[in-house]
Amino acid sequence: MTRRRDKGAALASLIVLAAVTAAAILAPMLSPADPVKNDLLERLAPPMWNAGGSAAHPLGTDTLGRDVLSRLLYGARVSLVVGFVTVIISGAVGVALGMVGGFYGGWLDDVLMRAGDVQLAFPVLLLGVALLSVLGPGFGNLILVLVVSGWITYARIVRGETLSLKHREFVEAARALGALDGRLIWRHLLPNVWAPIAVVATFSVARTIIAEASLSFLGLGVPAPTPSWGAMLDEGRNYITTGWWLALFPGTAILVVVLVINLIGDWLRDALDPRVERGI
Amino acid sequence: MSSFLLRRLVHGVFVIWGVVTAVFFLVRLTGDPSAFLVDQSATREEIAHTRHLLGLDRPLYEQYAAFLVAAPRGDFGTSIRDKRPAMALVLEHLWPATVELALAAALLSTVLAVPLGIISATHKDRATDHVSRLASLLLQSMPGFWLGLLLILLFAVELRGLLPAYGWGTWRHLILPAVALAAAPLAQNARLVRAGMLEVLQQDYVRTARAKGVPERSILYRHAFKNAAIPFITVTGLSLGFMLSGAIIIETVFAWPGLGRLIVQAVPGRDFPVIQAGVFVFALIFVTLNLAVDLLYAAVDPRVRLS
Repeated sequence: MTRRRDKGAALASLIVLAAVTAAAILAPMLSPADPVKNDLLERLAPPMWNAGGSAAHPLGTDTLGRDVLSRLLYGARVSLVVGFVTVIISGAVGVALGMVGGFYGGWLDDVLMRAGDVQLAFPVLLLGVALLSVLGPGFGNLILVLVVSGWITYARIVRGETLSLKHREFVEAARALGALDGRLIWRHLLPNVWAPIAVVATFSVARTIIAEASLSFLGLGVPAPTPSWGAMLDEGRNYITTGWWLALFPGTAILVVVLVINLIGDWLRDALDPRVERGI
Repeated sequence: MSSFLLRRLVHGVFVIWGVVTAVFFLVRLTGDPSAFLVDQSATREEIAHTRHLLGLDRPLYEQYAAFLVAAPRGDFGTSIRDKRPAMALVLEHLWPATVELALAAALLSTVLAVPLGIISATHKDRATDHVSRLASLLLQSMPGFWLGLLLILLFAVELRGLLPAYGWGTWRHLILPAVALAAAPLAQNARLVRAGMLEVLQQDYVRTARAKGVPERSILYRHAFKNAAIPFITVTGLSLGFMLSGAIIIETVFAWPGLGRLIVQAVPGRDFPVIQAGVFVFALIFVTLNLAVDLLYAAVDPRVRLS
């Protein structure tokens, strides 16, 4: 695709993402019903355009008679908050550790990188299943698990960049002028690594949202009855023959959000840093 | 070369040690499994007896020392639920079910990615390319387990059981889970082949080959792809690891009797030995794959020096 078209796609994606974010924030106002209120008389009502559906539940109801649209709107909160908060924390931790490791080297660097190797031999879901079964499901624990499995990517990139930057003339010059380590890192190294980090972070938000949905699908996410898209798919999968909408809508919501974030990432990569993840 | 191999082997052993140690301490934080093993009327003495049989009444460092001696021999203890050696249970689930699924998905995602990526590259910026890139983007943005649910909805429900939704046994059972597992890596591989081909097709030797009249087909597959394939090897090797990870959730969706599902089911019952043996096997496979990728890399690209 041409660059202009990528830019158009990215702009459209930003608008969609902003709309989803607004819908998540305004969920209490937009929802046609209470997302956690059971109504067994109304259970498994199909979407309104199907025979038997009604405008009271535009996207139908689930097995407990809860309104699917309302649950989708509230579920957006979980996906977006987990996605962005995880990336901000793991990005901050990874950048800090990677920069310190790359700048000072030595045993600290060794320990960090070996810990990262161990980390990478652990499939993310396996780590999630193991950790969350220890810690118990919950919002904070979910984010913790995703941070633990996410920081190493940032640390590796920042470490590599730092190693190649720290002997460059502008850094040596600043050091010769008496700049302390803190200032070198903050004013001279950090501004040079943010571009690849921004690209990786954008794609990470998308991956994190999928990981959150996967863990919620396995029953290890935010505890019921709080709606999340992954948990909705888990609840819907046993009713796939009688309630196709339960499997379709939450998955579509994940697809749309992850897709627009990936499109923004594609554009950001080309615009900011052509070297990172080229073509992947 | 041999010093490279030795260093990588030592490194691999270290990684596996790190993984099993992490899991050893992790699972012991989950709480005491003996409460699950006795019935509700059990007396305090009976619970204590169970703890003793499992070695859980010993100090943690003693348990860990015993574990480090036994683990390299493949002895991870007896499954709490099935009362059989944990490693035997793990291997039974790994082979053939998980291996079958992972290999089928890996094959699907690589074999299809090559022609798709090449066609996309040779038709750059034309309709075929756009469709293929859009499809890749969609598949990469879709959780595999949801694709699995959609496949079940389509093939098992709407098409009235054209393909079975659950279970394991025949090749027909394999199709849906393998497709669900292969989709995202397929998309990624196709994008990678495309990018590699676009780069290689601009090289001088490709122009030379064209100039001396080598047929286009031969240029694409023999001259260009061989060189474009190098980054592809890394990603394919790593995507096999991804297949194992993805198997955890895909096996759960399709009730596939493999290692991923075994581990997911062992967690709520606090079946320590099975979790430890399963994670050990996963890590072992992952580390071996990484090593194999590095060696293969050097074999296909003589410019890469192993040092």
